[in-house]
Amino acid sequence: MNIETLLSELFPLGHSVTNIDSILTGYGTTNKGEIAVLGTTDHLAVGVEAALALATSALGVIKNDPGRPILLLVDTQGQRLSLQDELLGINGYLAHLAKCLELARQREHQLICLVYAEAVSGGFLSFGMMADEIHSLPEAKVRVMNLPAMARITKLPLEQLEELSRTSPCFAPGVENFIKLGGINTIWQQPLAERLVEVIGMKLDEDQRRHNGFVRQGRKLAFTVAQRVKAG
Amino acid sequence: MSDLSGISRGHSYYEANARQRIAHLLDPGSFQEVLGPAERLTSPHLEPLGQPCSFDDGIIIGTGSLNGLQVLVASQEGGFMGGAVGEVHGAKLTGLLERAVNERPAAVLLLLESGGVRLHEANAGLIAISEVIRALLATRVAGVPVLGLIGGAYGCFGGMGIVARCCDALIINEEGRLGLSGPDVIETTMGVEEFDSSDRALVWRTLGGKHRYLLGEVQCLVEDDIDAFHTAVIKTINTVQPLSLESLEQEHSSLTRRLADYGQCQDGADIWGEMGIDDPQKLPLMDIQSFMVTVADKGQGKL
Amino acid sequence: MEHLQFEFKGSANRKGCQKTTLVGVVSSGNLEVMLENSELQGLCRINVSTSSQGFGEIWQAVLNDFAARYDLSNLQISINDGGATPAVVCLRLDQALENYLEASS
Repeated sequence: MNIETLLSELFPLGHSVTNIDSILTGYGTTNKGEIAVLGTTDHLAVGVEAALALATSALGVIKNDPGRPILLLVDTQGQRLSLQDELLGINGYLAHLAKCLELARQREHQLICLVYAEAVSGGFLSFGMMADEIHSLPEAKVRVMNLPAMARITKLPLEQLEELSRTSPCFAPGVENFIKLGGINTIWQQPLAERLVEVIGMKLDEDQRRHNGFVRQGRKLAFTVAQRVKAG
Repeated sequence: MSDLSGISRGHSYYEANARQRIAHLLDPGSFQEVLGPAERLTSPHLEPLGQPCSFDDGIIIGTGSLNGLQVLVASQEGGFMGGAVGEVHGAKLTGLLERAVNERPAAVLLLLESGGVRLHEANAGLIAISEVIRALLATRVAGVPVLGLIGGAYGCFGGMGIVARCCDALIINEEGRLGLSGPDVIETTMGVEEFDSSDRALVWRTLGGKHRYLLGEVQCLVEDDIDAFHTAVIKTINTVQPLSLESLEQEHSSLTRRLADYGQCQDGADIWGEMGIDDPQKLPLMDIQSFMVTVADKGQGKL
Repeated sequence: MEHLQFEFKGSANRKGCQKTTLVGVVSSGNLEVMLENSELQGLCRINVSTSSQGFGEIWQAVLNDFAARYDLSNLQISINDGGATPAVVCLRLDQALENYLEASS
């Protein structure tokens, strides 16, 4: 779904979201009030400028609009792969973005993420994955890496990975797999404006993902292992 | 639970394995492992792929003391799958960070050595790293400092490179490397003209400890010696800042300035020249002491 | 992956410690060896998981030699192997036992 259609379906009452260099910022109107919108489009490869721009917007909402819910719209092919980004310390820029979103959470902003196109590793990790809850459109593509590249790097035969993908949600790309593992809460079906309004105001304090992964039987160990360590 | 063999001539952090680092860093005999290897909490995802597992899944966690201060500690084993994070590995780290919120130790020490997500269980690994980031920041918000130590052969990359920069402070040796996408990943994807991963000097000018220190990405640059890391931990533990709007705005302007000042630079040495360092080409060859003298009052300041 | 199990009858019931000992790292050409005190009716049991298939006889030879040298009993030895040579296996077993006996004294 393209970004214009998405925004009009999420906000039939109107929105002021702008797209500058594939960075989305603004507000949308719902029948539960205004919600701040931050996001990326055009499968953006997130580099240092983009991370900084998103962080600027996040800090702006924290300062100017205390407690306002924030919708994170995700469409990224991952981090930008370049020597220059590494030279400037892109991991620090992405960590800064993650910290700004954590601060928003601490200051009672509800963080809702919607993956509407692509969500890949670094760009997803420091942004959408920081949300209290992560939802996705059915046609979204979520992955760490595609299977052929994975086969090349792990030196495992592609056929073996494809075979195992049928039984394990662990490495093959796909929204369904991330749902089983607890990494995505739900798939949003039409009408999207209603889905959004349903979750606004349902603030979650704890990271629910490993519990969901346990209940859904896709990630059986993470929950119990972390609980055992925590308990001492 | 210590494997002290294999270390000669002082205690090189770079040469030591994950268990040896803990044994030498903490007060002797103080380390108590949590969910140690006898629990056999191995990854269930490796056997079907014909990969050997490890009894601790490549991360050792537990409690101990450092100079009498109670600490929680985690140490990633780079030798096992490059320290990569899978489901169990990540959950041990997340659980430790959450435990810190209850126990309130003087600090959590993360001995980081990792290529990031373990591809053999990629989706679970990515989610696990995200859980680590949330738990780490929650620990800081609760007022428990989290310090990262970097200095092993595998560096600290991928999602763990982001985790590192979520810590209150980082301590690195010259051999340590910190980044997001490793040189080989960039070369494989974008071509050798973008990043020649076989050019070791280039790799270190881009990702190595000295450059990270000059940029203000890490707070302490130390000799490759576990005692030096020990001293730096003690020095750093009381200097940390809480995660606040003020501290993040400070970081924001520092990162904005860095991009404006060095955004056009093509090489680490160009950046060092811009910082006002004479003969920047000489920095990689200097020992830590003369390096510190040369760069005093230079660089971007600490974040 | 191949899983092998070996058992040796020993007479020297070396005083086992409650602590577990682990040495080595599972990396290419290396292995981890874990020693645990265990009530095994005088046996020393060795479980090996290895990524290199078809080396059962070599393991048997290396472990026969180890068992004969130390005459161990009531000891569980567990090995995760990343394709180590027999020399490296011997070295790690010796290291593990040395640490184990040190920890129990």
